[in-house]
Amino acid sequence: MSGKPSETHDALEDIPGTYVFTTQRCRDGYQLNRFCKTLDNADNRARFREDPEAYLEQFPMTAEQRAAVDNRDWLGMLQLGGNIYYTFKLAVFDGLTMQHVGGLMSQMTVDEFRQMMLDGGRKVQGNTSKRQQETR
Amino acid sequence: MARIVGGVGCSHIPAIGAAADRGMENDAYFKPLFDGYGPARDWIKTLNPDVVILVYNDHASAFSVELVNTFVLGVADDYEPHDEGYGPRPVPIVEGHAELSAHILECLVLDEFDMALANEMTVDHGLTVPLTVMYDKPAAWPVRVVPLCVNVIKYPQPTGNRCFKLGQALRRAVASYPDDLRVVVFGTGGMSHQLQGERAGLINRDFDTYFLDNLCDSPDVLTRLSHLEYIRDAGSEGIELIMWLMMRGALKAPAERYRFYHVPMSNTAAGLVCYEETLND
Repeated sequence: MSGKPSETHDALEDIPGTYVFTTQRCRDGYQLNRFCKTLDNADNRARFREDPEAYLEQFPMTAEQRAAVDNRDWLGMLQLGGNIYYTFKLAVFDGLTMQHVGGLMSQMTVDEFRQMMLDGGRKVQGNTSKRQQETR
Repeated sequence: MARIVGGVGCSHIPAIGAAADRGMENDAYFKPLFDGYGPARDWIKTLNPDVVILVYNDHASAFSVELVNTFVLGVADDYEPHDEGYGPRPVPIVEGHAELSAHILECLVLDEFDMALANEMTVDHGLTVPLTVMYDKPAAWPVRVVPLCVNVIKYPQPTGNRCFKLGQALRRAVASYPDDLRVVVFGTGGMSHQLQGERAGLINRDFDTYFLDNLCDSPDVLTRLSHLEYIRDAGSEGIELIMWLMMRGALKAPAERYRFYHVPMSNTAAGLVCYEETLND
């Protein structure tokens, strides 16, 4: 069993480089994710391509979220409540693959990221706790 | 009487569908994967199910943040592939089995699993890629599908234990359906992977091996895994493996007929198991 939500949240937040899509993040990112979701429709993609400003006006997101979208700050979007399955729709719109986005979120080039995957992926060892990383 | 004759655990990575759709199965990157699917395709052809109960998750396609449901059962006559940003996959329309779906839905709610009902929904790679994995590229899918959608995106996802018990309830529901139907349950997603954050690209072969080694004969050690263990050790998207536990819950005495594991496929560890039910109850 998972215990009290607050205890679990602390433990989840201790995982490095991971933004678990909690109920709070789901609420915070609501308008950002709603916007991204609309890009699974060809008419919407055409409208967004034609006039991004006007298109984005439909979604009352925070200034920080809006800046993250404008700057294609993939990590920032997650930190502001975006969920990867939603933000990835914007990445697909831009012609990016999940490996591009993975690289951009972890300060690697796409070639470095691809090579890391071919070599068996990012290792879990040493990558499970922020606290442990700090005390090392 | 309908009965469950087998189970499949299967990753549903979008790149697999894209490769099949573009005829890239023999490219060096994809060949080892598609070669690994051959024996599973032969196995299911012999098993010859009429219906697949396909346990999967929707990736912000049919469902969005407006309303997040933990479990949704499709009760439609058919399901069209969703446009995930590139246009819909050029695969056949998925034919449902509305009567069996309706029966299962009523059984599950009366059995205290409060399912949401979808009269209409599109299906994304979560559902269509496992069909491609098991059936290749037919002009029409050779099975009818009962889609069962699980929230694995928003925390807290249902526990693995809950999914296992829902699988057991699926078995009871199927067994009380009067028509003779051979049913296979697919549990899809996983294996270890993380798409998001600075930890993107995480793969944990040891975790996946442990999962594959225990799923058939000792699922109880897996139903005890916590959210934290999945997310920390198998990656934030590795928690999709709870859907394999639903498949396993629907089987009483499975025998493993095939197992395949391959790293990497895109950002993910791809796994596949085929279980045959040995008990005819």
